[in-house]
Amino acid sequence: MRVTQGCFSFLPDLTDEQISRQVQYCLEQGWAVNIEFTDDPHPRNNFWEMWGLPMFDLRDAAGVMMELNECRKVYGNSYIRLSAFDSSHGWESVRLSFIVNRPKDEPGFRLERHEMAGRNIRYTTSSYATDRPEGRRYG
Amino acid sequence: MPPNELMTTTIPTSRRTPPEESNMNMHSMTVRGKDRYKSGVLEYKKMGYWEPDYQPKDTDIIALFRVTPQDGVDPVEASAAVAGESSTATWTVVWTDRLTAAEKYRAKCFRVDPVPNSPGQYFAYIAYDLDLFESGSIANLSASIIGNVFGFKPLKALRLEDMRLPVAYVKTFQGPATGIVVERERMDKFGRPLLGATVKPKLGLSGRNYGRVVYEALKGGLDFTKDDENINSQPFMHWRERFLYCMEAVNKAQAASGEIKGTYLNVTAGTMEDMYERAEFAKELGSVIIMIDLVIGYTAIQSMAKWARRNDMILHLHRAGHSTYTRQRSHGVSFRVIAKWMRLAGVDHIHAGTVVGKLEGDPATTRGYYDICREDYNPARLEHGVFFDQHWASLNKLMPVASGGIHAGQMHQLLDHLGEDVILQFGGGTIGHPMGIQAGATANRVALEAMILARNEGRDYLREGPEILAKAAETCTPLKSALEVWKDVTFNYESTDMPDYVPTPSVAM
Repeated sequence: MRVTQGCFSFLPDLTDEQISRQVQYCLEQGWAVNIEFTDDPHPRNNFWEMWGLPMFDLRDAAGVMMELNECRKVYGNSYIRLSAFDSSHGWESVRLSFIVNRPKDEPGFRLERHEMAGRNIRYTTSSYATDRPEGRRYG
Repeated sequence: MPPNELMTTTIPTSRRTPPEESNMNMHSMTVRGKDRYKSGVLEYKKMGYWEPDYQPKDTDIIALFRVTPQDGVDPVEASAAVAGESSTATWTVVWTDRLTAAEKYRAKCFRVDPVPNSPGQYFAYIAYDLDLFESGSIANLSASIIGNVFGFKPLKALRLEDMRLPVAYVKTFQGPATGIVVERERMDKFGRPLLGATVKPKLGLSGRNYGRVVYEALKGGLDFTKDDENINSQPFMHWRERFLYCMEAVNKAQAASGEIKGTYLNVTAGTMEDMYERAEFAKELGSVIIMIDLVIGYTAIQSMAKWARRNDMILHLHRAGHSTYTRQRSHGVSFRVIAKWMRLAGVDHIHAGTVVGKLEGDPATTRGYYDICREDYNPARLEHGVFFDQHWASLNKLMPVASGGIHAGQMHQLLDHLGEDVILQFGGGTIGHPMGIQAGATANRVALEAMILARNEGRDYLREGPEILAKAAETCTPLKSALEVWKDVTFNYESTDMPDYVPTPSVAM
């Protein structure tokens, strides 16, 4: 399967040049770009690990691309995403987020159903990858 | 800010009241002292409802009406009558006024302008003191402003065009239960419009078949599916059936995609007790969103908004029924007023037009509605039909929804007209896809992502839209097929409602 979180997951994987143009767009909006990675892509896993701090005060996308390549060297078989933060009043949140790196195999998620009273079912989604301990999930 | 400064700066000079007419209206005609309270009938404009020198206070509510007096009725008298009948007046003088601070409670019409290019119609600006209204109650606000006056015999027609809601009043409302920012955080979706579809056919599917449509559409790439306004609990599908099968579909699609998904479960019912029961069940099943129809009424909407805030639920409003009073230009209530009331009332989503789809909506007017939903401050923009500066005092933002007759081939136009914070609902445009529902959903999602990518890259996506879509379709057969099927579908009809003011180039520019 393919995890389709983020803004561009339905397109073919972005090239570095395409990623760089999106980063440049974010910087021009005055947003700070952050690199995050995880080996637990559960849809409600909000807090991926941070690769350093969000890059405030950056002007050129090249800085982000350099950090992204460093991150890929270490976590090349994990999910890596870029998130852009807008600190302006009324937003103060993420404005753009997209996946820029994926594991070679994406095993997907198990859906568990617990039958309750009155035909009600309690659903639990869990990532097959998280059956193994952190750090040993993708090969 | 004094009203004259606020308004004259934005009204093109050539369209202002001709001098001879404004002279007639320039002075207060209010009868004062003992004579004011002599038994009998007195013209409204002499009772204190026409005060051309009145400077509205920052805390006043201001309403703008389009007044069409009966032939021979003085427009100022007609406008004063609207002020009177929407505040303290009755048809005759009553001595009991003298037991009250009557001058404060009288609504004051302070300005009457002829409507440009519409003979016989006048814009009447009326100020209401804040004490005339109960805090946090749309029912009370609307009962005052539109409760009595729309059937008034001396008028041929009357339309409430816009309202300025003072911050002091805005702050007495909860506002959207969730708001755009928190909705995006909860749904984990940033940087693009959200995608939805209304399940079709809207009537007749069993719960099991209905859930099938939901699953296919969500798995294919949509973020939301939606019950239609009249899907409640009918013989072919009891509401519990729908809820149970829909949540199976939502959870299965979430596991298949790794994304958060939702389906607007319509909890509209005959009584509040039934609505609460349905909403509680939706919560128990883990739904992120429920839905109500505008026809349940303002009080019921506010109750559900409070419930939604208490229960971390996104609240979708379908504006069922609004066109009965919003569509005609001369009579009723403009949708921009309904949008303002709904932002106060506390819904999170509101259908606000598509511009290019099958339902009414001229681009400039629709832009005005979207601004009202999404901005923290709306400057007066007559060319969008927005007559007043409006501060929202950090009330949550309301997500507009574009639904009805739109398809993937219009993605560049939709993004241009409606922006990024919007839900695009492709019902027919998903379910009617020749390769099936999943393919329809995928076509829409790919078209959207390709367009956002191109826009962010700085391309002239509006002009290059068809090329961008064609390029994306090279690697996506469902999109290719969608573009082929719907390539010529457009809905070009004359709008029945559009702004009265057109921007004119000025020397200063």
